[in-house]
Amino acid sequence: MRKALLLLIAAFGLAACGEREQVIEPVSEKRYQGKRDSKPWDNESPVVELRGGKWTKGNQASWEEQIKIRQLAQHEHKRIYQ
Amino acid sequence: MARMKFLCDAERCIECNGCVTACKNENEVPWGVNRRRVVTINDGVVGAEKSISVACMHCSDAPCMAVCPVDCFYRTDDGVVLHDKDLCIGCGYCFYACPFGAPQFPQAGAFGLRGKMDKCTFCAGGPETDRSATEFQKYGRNRLSEGKLPACAEMCSTKALLGGDGDVIADIYRERVLRRGKGSEVWGWGTAYGPGNPGAKPPAQQQQPAGQKS
Repeated sequence: MRKALLLLIAAFGLAACGEREQVIEPVSEKRYQGKRDSKPWDNESPVVELRGGKWTKGNQASWEEQIKIRQLAQHEHKRIYQ
Repeated sequence: MARMKFLCDAERCIECNGCVTACKNENEVPWGVNRRRVVTINDGVVGAEKSISVACMHCSDAPCMAVCPVDCFYRTDDGVVLHDKDLCIGCGYCFYACPFGAPQFPQAGAFGLRGKMDKCTFCAGGPETDRSATEFQKYGRNRLSEGKLPACAEMCSTKALLGGDGDVIADIYRERVLRRGKGSEVWGWGTAYGPGNPGAKPPAQQQQPAGQKS
């Protein structure tokens, strides 16, 4: 009886010693269930006072074109020497 | 399709903290939360002091996204890593996973209760209606929807901090390095282009006269 009890305790006690294989799960963004974000190009381009870019609403290519111009404005060699 | 990234040129950063201030001001970030900060190594050592501006790097394979137990992260079409504060439970796993210390947690109350995670949004707001008051309150300004780049990069006085499509800003940086007349010894070169050839020199024909160095 005592032996059986010890075996039972040992079985439960050692149960946690097993190691479960750890695998990399798929990227979480596919599991994202929150609110859907809108696209920046789906907005009207801002008024002049805000000094933003100009693009056609809903046109991704035109938004990307103007944001690229904005990025290249960070290149002082282009601004100064050309 | 653009992949929005930040690139900080350690040869130019003068530790002015203008980027930190610009971010704080533009997004009205609460006290105790720093979406961006300037890290300096060898502080005070002549010739060896370097500073870089650090925030969320909008990783292509973001560890914060991988460990989040409530899957509150998502990536926009431009490669910006954002999160939904309505889903965030403030557990702090992302803070431990992030190699840049980007996730921040506002502390409130007498017992330092931890709020929902806050981090750099690349000035792209969050999953609320663009340019709305709610979006501003939760995530800050949505400059991308105004056709602008992040305030930190656009405000940088020495243009050490570049923000934008990874290909575009890498080209700017590469051209800048060539114009300086320094190559692989420049701090950050290996980070940007890999340690493939540590002794590599920039092409001689592209080096500029001394008067035009930046």
